[in-house]
Amino acid sequence: MADPRGFLKVTERAKPNSREIEVRIKDWKEVYEPQDLGTIKTQSARCMDCGIAFCHQGCPLGNLIPEWNDLVWRDNGKEAIERLHATNNFPEFTGKLCPAPCESSCVLGINQPAVTIKQIELSIIDQAFDRGWVSVHAPERMTGKTVAVVGSGPAGLAAAQQLTRAGHTVAVFEKDDKIGGLLRYGIPDFKMEKHHIDRRIEQMEAEGTRFRTGINIGRDISWSDLYRRYDAVLLATGSDRPRDLKIPGRDLDGVYFAMTYLTQANRTVAGEAIPNQISAEGKHVVILGGGDTGADCLGTATRQGALSVTTLAIGKRPMNSVMKPSPGRLTRISLRWQVPMRSLASEFIWLAPLNSSETMG
Amino acid sequence: MSSASPFERFNTAPAASGLYDPSRDKDACGLAMVATLRGQPGHDIIETALQALTNLDHRGAVGSDEGTGDGAGLLSQIPDRFFREVLEFELPNSGHYGAGLVFLPEELDLRSWIANFEQLAKWANCKLLGIRQVPTNPGVLGSLSRKAMPQIIQVFVSSLLEKSGIEFERDLYLLRKQSERKLDCYHPSLSSRTIVYKGMLTTMQLEPFYPDLSHELFESKLALVHSRFSTNTFPSWPLAHPFRFIAHNGEINTIKGNRNWMRAREAKLASDLLPFLEDLKPIISAGASDSASFDEVLELLVLSGRSVPHALMMMIPEAWEKQKEMPQSLRDFYEYHSMLIEPWDGPAAVLFTDGDLVGATLDRNGLRPGRYIVTEDGLVVLASEIGVVGIDPSRIVRKGRLQPGRMFLADTASGRLIDDDDIKSEIAALEPWGQWLEENRINLRDIPDREHIAYTKSSVARRQRTFGYTVEELRMIIAPMAKTGAEPIGAMGSDTPIAALSDRPRLLFDYFVQQFAQVTNPPLDSIREEIVTSLSVGIGPEQNLLTATPEHAKMVVLDFPVLSNDELAKIKYAEDSGFGKAFVVKGLYRVDEGSVALSSRIQEIYDEVDEALSTGITFIVLSDRDSNRELAPIPSLLLTSAVHHHLLRRGMRTKVGLVVEAGDVREVHHVAALIGYGAAAVNPYLAMESAELMVRSGEIAGITVAKAIENLIKALGKGVLKVMSKMGISTVASYAGAQCFEAIGLSQEFIDAYFTGTTSQLGGIGLEVIAQEIQERHSSSYPIERAMRPHEDLDTGGEYQWRRSGPPHLFNPETVFKLQHATRTKRYDIFKQYTDLIDDQAEKLMTLRGLFKLRTGVRKPVSISEVEPASEIVKRFSTGAMSYGSISPEAHEVLAIAMNRLGARSNTGEGGEDIERLLDPQRRSAIKQVASGRFGVTSMYLTHADDIQIKMAQGAKPGEGGQLPPNKVYPWIAKVRHSTPGVGLISPPPHHDIYSIEDLKQLIFDLKRANTKARVQVKLVSQVGIGTVASGVAKAKADVILVSGHDGGTGASPLSSLKHAGTPWELGLAETQQTLRINGLRDRVALQVDGQMKTGRDVVIAALLGAEEYGFATAPLVVSGCVMMRVCHLDTCPVGVATQNPELRSRFTGKAEFVENFFMFLAEQVREYLAELGFRSLDEAIGHSELLDVNKAISHWKADGLDLTPILATPDESGPLRRYTVQDHQLDKHFDKTILDRVAKALEDAQPVELELPITNVEQAVGTLLGNEVTKRYGADGLPQGTITLKLTGSAGQSLGAFIPSGIKVVLYGDSNDYVGKGLSGGTIVLRPPVSSVFPAESNVIAGNVIGYGGTSGELYLRGIVGERFLVRNSGVSAVVEGVGDHALEYMTGGTAVILGRTGRNLAAGMSGGVAYIYHLRADLVNQQALKDGELDLLLLEDADREVLLGLLQKHDAETGSTLAQRLIAEFATEVSNFTKVLPRDYANVLKIQSEASTDGLTTDSPEVWAKILEVSSRG
Repeated sequence: MADPRGFLKVTERAKPNSREIEVRIKDWKEVYEPQDLGTIKTQSARCMDCGIAFCHQGCPLGNLIPEWNDLVWRDNGKEAIERLHATNNFPEFTGKLCPAPCESSCVLGINQPAVTIKQIELSIIDQAFDRGWVSVHAPERMTGKTVAVVGSGPAGLAAAQQLTRAGHTVAVFEKDDKIGGLLRYGIPDFKMEKHHIDRRIEQMEAEGTRFRTGINIGRDISWSDLYRRYDAVLLATGSDRPRDLKIPGRDLDGVYFAMTYLTQANRTVAGEAIPNQISAEGKHVVILGGGDTGADCLGTATRQGALSVTTLAIGKRPMNSVMKPSPGRLTRISLRWQVPMRSLASEFIWLAPLNSSETMG
Repeated sequence: MSSASPFERFNTAPAASGLYDPSRDKDACGLAMVATLRGQPGHDIIETALQALTNLDHRGAVGSDEGTGDGAGLLSQIPDRFFREVLEFELPNSGHYGAGLVFLPEELDLRSWIANFEQLAKWANCKLLGIRQVPTNPGVLGSLSRKAMPQIIQVFVSSLLEKSGIEFERDLYLLRKQSERKLDCYHPSLSSRTIVYKGMLTTMQLEPFYPDLSHELFESKLALVHSRFSTNTFPSWPLAHPFRFIAHNGEINTIKGNRNWMRAREAKLASDLLPFLEDLKPIISAGASDSASFDEVLELLVLSGRSVPHALMMMIPEAWEKQKEMPQSLRDFYEYHSMLIEPWDGPAAVLFTDGDLVGATLDRNGLRPGRYIVTEDGLVVLASEIGVVGIDPSRIVRKGRLQPGRMFLADTASGRLIDDDDIKSEIAALEPWGQWLEENRINLRDIPDREHIAYTKSSVARRQRTFGYTVEELRMIIAPMAKTGAEPIGAMGSDTPIAALSDRPRLLFDYFVQQFAQVTNPPLDSIREEIVTSLSVGIGPEQNLLTATPEHAKMVVLDFPVLSNDELAKIKYAEDSGFGKAFVVKGLYRVDEGSVALSSRIQEIYDEVDEALSTGITFIVLSDRDSNRELAPIPSLLLTSAVHHHLLRRGMRTKVGLVVEAGDVREVHHVAALIGYGAAAVNPYLAMESAELMVRSGEIAGITVAKAIENLIKALGKGVLKVMSKMGISTVASYAGAQCFEAIGLSQEFIDAYFTGTTSQLGGIGLEVIAQEIQERHSSSYPIERAMRPHEDLDTGGEYQWRRSGPPHLFNPETVFKLQHATRTKRYDIFKQYTDLIDDQAEKLMTLRGLFKLRTGVRKPVSISEVEPASEIVKRFSTGAMSYGSISPEAHEVLAIAMNRLGARSNTGEGGEDIERLLDPQRRSAIKQVASGRFGVTSMYLTHADDIQIKMAQGAKPGEGGQLPPNKVYPWIAKVRHSTPGVGLISPPPHHDIYSIEDLKQLIFDLKRANTKARVQVKLVSQVGIGTVASGVAKAKADVILVSGHDGGTGASPLSSLKHAGTPWELGLAETQQTLRINGLRDRVALQVDGQMKTGRDVVIAALLGAEEYGFATAPLVVSGCVMMRVCHLDTCPVGVATQNPELRSRFTGKAEFVENFFMFLAEQVREYLAELGFRSLDEAIGHSELLDVNKAISHWKADGLDLTPILATPDESGPLRRYTVQDHQLDKHFDKTILDRVAKALEDAQPVELELPITNVEQAVGTLLGNEVTKRYGADGLPQGTITLKLTGSAGQSLGAFIPSGIKVVLYGDSNDYVGKGLSGGTIVLRPPVSSVFPAESNVIAGNVIGYGGTSGELYLRGIVGERFLVRNSGVSAVVEGVGDHALEYMTGGTAVILGRTGRNLAAGMSGGVAYIYHLRADLVNQQALKDGELDLLLLEDADREVLLGLLQKHDAETGSTLAQRLIAEFATEVSNFTKVLPRDYANVLKIQSEASTDGLTTDSPEVWAKILEVSSRG
């Protein structure tokens, strides 16, 4: 750790700038602007290089966070991406999408704002791509073994990449027409633009991973066939089965699962024409659920031109959550916390006055 | 008797059992020499010597059997008149017969023995004249001693060849050696010149036991006497001193190496004077003590033609290496002889005689006291103490002291004293040593450089994998060393598994732990006392030790034990440069063939080496370079030690120098281990290449490659010096091969084969597993597919900081969280989840105790309601010593409050206690620590202690001192430590009043008088041999012995010490318990244990292994909010625990309740275990190790070979398992007790009183107990000055006036021993010669070593010269003295010193505060580093100084009548310019800021002032 007193000198947490609301809701591009490297470096100095790195524990991948924070501080981006790639095949995905449990584990966070780990992570990989430090690691010799990976979400892709590099011949099966799974169709572009996925696919193809899209295992190829054709089969399908909410009013018209809605929207953004697309344009929208998916729906609905969006969240209002009023916004947005979901119908009625304290204009 | 060695006879030691091993016993002693220069022998000399011995009684010890001493003896000239009187047969002329005592087995048939001896005598060209039964009086002996008592006879022989003198001595030598070897006996001596009477006796028993000694015709011109203090109670008759030539007080730390090297030299030994040399081998007998071995070698050197002083100068050379003022011829002598023999290093005062010459010498450090007087009629008395014989002061013409490296010599034949300079210049002129050196020796640096080779990244990376480098090591070890040239520092101990329990492949180095000095000898300060150290070593073939030729000097001198790649290249290509011939051993083997290939490759290497030797090589380079996919490197330590021991066994070792080219070496410990096992120098090439690469890649910024390499070499070399210093060893030449390590987890078979002589208490793995570990590492560096781990060149590591892929840590995210959660929400269920995690981890082999199983069901379980309540159990808990300074005031108080509420104990740590807290029953710490820095140790502090803890060592860094950097000495810390804000503080490695076990006994004595109610604890760190040390400590009357594990936490420690010094407490505790029981000492001391104790299970296991009390430090800190940042040393603790930064302290969230919850939960859990085990109280459980079993269910590839049964062994006796009684401190017999009623008025009403009293050296710590009474009544301020005056006449014992507070004045007419005014707390001490004395006071010695150590206030006026280390760690005393020895004013932080005479070397080393005025100061004697770095200024006196000086001179005159002071006062105007002011720079700057601040009306403690201070101190 280069500066043990860094966290005493830099006490503020610098978040990345987001594009102006008025501007960003007019397109589907990413919300956040890249943070300048100077700020990133200053922020990385806040890392205390803990004896027990709780962040490293908090990270499901076990990212070597103190190590790369240090390298960033030392302007050694090249080594930093090596350390980052050591535990994480796709930091650009996690850096944009991960809910950052590392930051809620950060020791500095006990009594100070946590280190901006996620942002540092993102900057490392962004810089690495920019400077051409992300390279192809094709195996030198093949094992002669074949592996089928079913599902091309982040898990399937990461597994496929590791197996390919170990010298196995790997084919990734994807039922959709494009690689990426939820990354591709579940996550709106304003969170992550899709060219990030394509860039990785290019790398993986160069390393030798094969991709089979539009093949639904169990329908296009039988499972037993698959087992026969490969030495090993790895299932990384995830689940697209939504959790239903069996409450009165569930069967009313205009109630959709998020994924149905989002997938259509994302496909449209990708240039596909979707007949009978569910669109929020000119409508009042109510979102049940205040998590990431709910937020995705909110952003999508806003961009589609909803008249109003009301999010009902079961959880508590997060500390310090402030919505900035934005006069230019067309959609009225309101958030309601700690709302039990008992009846859709009654909620509509109850919502009618729209008198929420957090309603903005 | 079957034993081959005479030294193994006539002892009472039980055989080794469990962890007890009698060979580890150590001793330290009192000794005296009496001689006359009058030319006539007399019985008075014997009488005087015996009187001296009696008065040294307090330096010896008795064990559990009060009547049995550790050993006492007397050496004198042959009492010719006496023998003629008592013998019934005729004797030839004096000098023409040899005589000596013989110890024979009790049951031996004397007649056949005599017949055999007679035969042997003839063979040795001698004739047996007759024998005499030596009258003895066994009635005076204790039972143990009597049990081992031999038959004692005297033999008388003459020469068949009419030889006399030294020639006759040589025959007698041969005869004695052969007789001892073949005839089952021991000869204390057999000589025509001297005779030894000795035995397993107390000092008081020697004379009554041997009535001969009382006979008035028993006459001599000289006598040596000795009283032994052995750490155990099983001394033997032969091991009593004196030996044939010497009596020794001290310890040879390098003894293992010295013995090995001597054995190695034997093959080459040849002497015309000793034609029968073969019959004398082995020169060093088995089973001997270090002193006995020393004597054997000295004897060889003397009988082969060197004088005794010459031989001693070879074996205990003074510190010549850095002595610029030493005459060149003498330096040449020492340098030349350093190529013949390495120093026998360790604290030593040696008395010696050859029958005419008698003298004494001290080792280079001068760590043993020696004082002498000479009378007008030629009587010379030299002893460990002054005042051991009563002599009319008016007869004394000279009083002196032994000085480091100096020799005191009297020639009783010619009747004169010989000056050190005279003896040495004479010896230095014997041969043209300098010329021989000039013409033969070469310094490596003078050989031209070769071209530097740089390695590529991929080459380095591959080899880093081969040798198991981790990213962490590069980041935390190599980079900091390369960057700063110093070892990296860490904090909070170690909580990962030791190598033997580790699931991952570990380096062989990791199985070895460093030993360290503890109690029986002191560690050294290699930084402040660098002047006595040497890292230089000569390599190359050694010649015959018994001759001296120019050839002997054909050596290559290395300045440093760590070589750069380029330097190594010079050695490899020595032949090209024409200074030798190197043979490179390829330390590689076929890795896929496993241990078979490894073992056979080592055999092959032996053959290669043997063959190479026959071709005349001079160096062997052991190299592990050039490994490849097939060939893996042999661990360099294995390679080195194997070849070293092979050569030793072959008697060829001294023919070559061993240099190691090792890729696996990357930290200090590695280099130290290689040198310890025989390497002369180490080239850690891969560490250097790694550093080089990091500089090139920018990972290490701001320095050049060359500088990085230089830094790395420096850090490693200085680190090795520190490791040596921990063991008390000063020169790398004697450290080399000294094997100061123990092994944990290596099989005996493996040790015997490759690391002969190393202790490995628990057995463990052998070659097979080692080969497996290598293979694992190797396969990762040659993976089948590189692309598999494209981003992970190296493993992450995780040894120093927790990482998911790294080794497990006891404290990890989960356990820290659970512990905090449980104690903050008072949830016992969560607490149990926490302990389950720890205990389960233990089963996953985090700790040795994890391998144990509690044997429930052996005893009937009891209901938990019957078990003693938790509130009782918690009273046995204490928190660890964490100083106010290392942790925040908030954290410190939280612990204290919690412990006080529980009725348990918190510990002040080393740093004193604020008076306000001291007097607050809520916030005080019950345990007051006394550590080497003595910060804040005052009469007040001690008086208010429940326990006084003497810290001999600490788990994280045993054998090392500490440092509080300037930026952590905040104003409130400085106040409590009696120091200056913003000025760094040093805790020395040793206590400067504990260089030996008898010194510890003295300190316990002193502290017990400074507070008669408190228990005195002695804190030791677990290592092999701790049991015997603990026995010594028990005999020294400690009330509690604390055994600390190696893994304990700390605020700051070099990382290599955190990981590689000391052993787990399970081992240390078990060894201590077993040894104390075997010695019958267990019932008088309580045992405490600490070191990563975390759960109720830990407590119960400790109890079953014998501990009564339990200490916790890290866990309660975690409870208080610590999240194991491990940055305590940086003052950046983010949770306000280990920091003084006010901003961070405000983030502290700990509460006493949390800590209380923790301890109550712990106690509750202990109760549950007790119930299950069938005990109603902890007391019932203590020592029941039979209720522990090895958990067979644990199967582990490495730990399977461990044998834990020695830990669980119970000595075969039914003695007590725990403490039942208390030590007999004999407080009633103390001097002060006899005067208490005479000073009652002063104590009650502060009425002035003056007493006049005689005193002798057996009265120790005079005034201390009185001081305790004063402080009890009058608190920190004491009494008004001049209330109680003690006017004493005579020679005072040690520690005169220790800790006396204000209001007590001690005036001594006479002289005093060591430690006058130790911890002076406001009192005044005046020493002046007796009124009737005739010698000039200013040129004679008035007091001993270490005067005024750790004084905080008060005054000292000493009219005369004092010994070494005057005013060490003084923080407030004003003192005037007329001359001082070496190392004066060391570590001083405050107060004023006036020195009116010569100073010794190394003045003011580490002095960071206070002022000294020195008359005719010689700047070359001041610590040179401090001058160079600008830490000290030498200044002219300003007006204010003149005033202070004059005032002190006037007081000195008034108190002592000093004629010197009078003269200086009279001529003050001119003389003042001859004074120099010594002033530490930072201290001066801070004072200046403070005074400016007060003029500006600011408080000196304000944040503004602190900011200014920081600015100044950080500039340094």
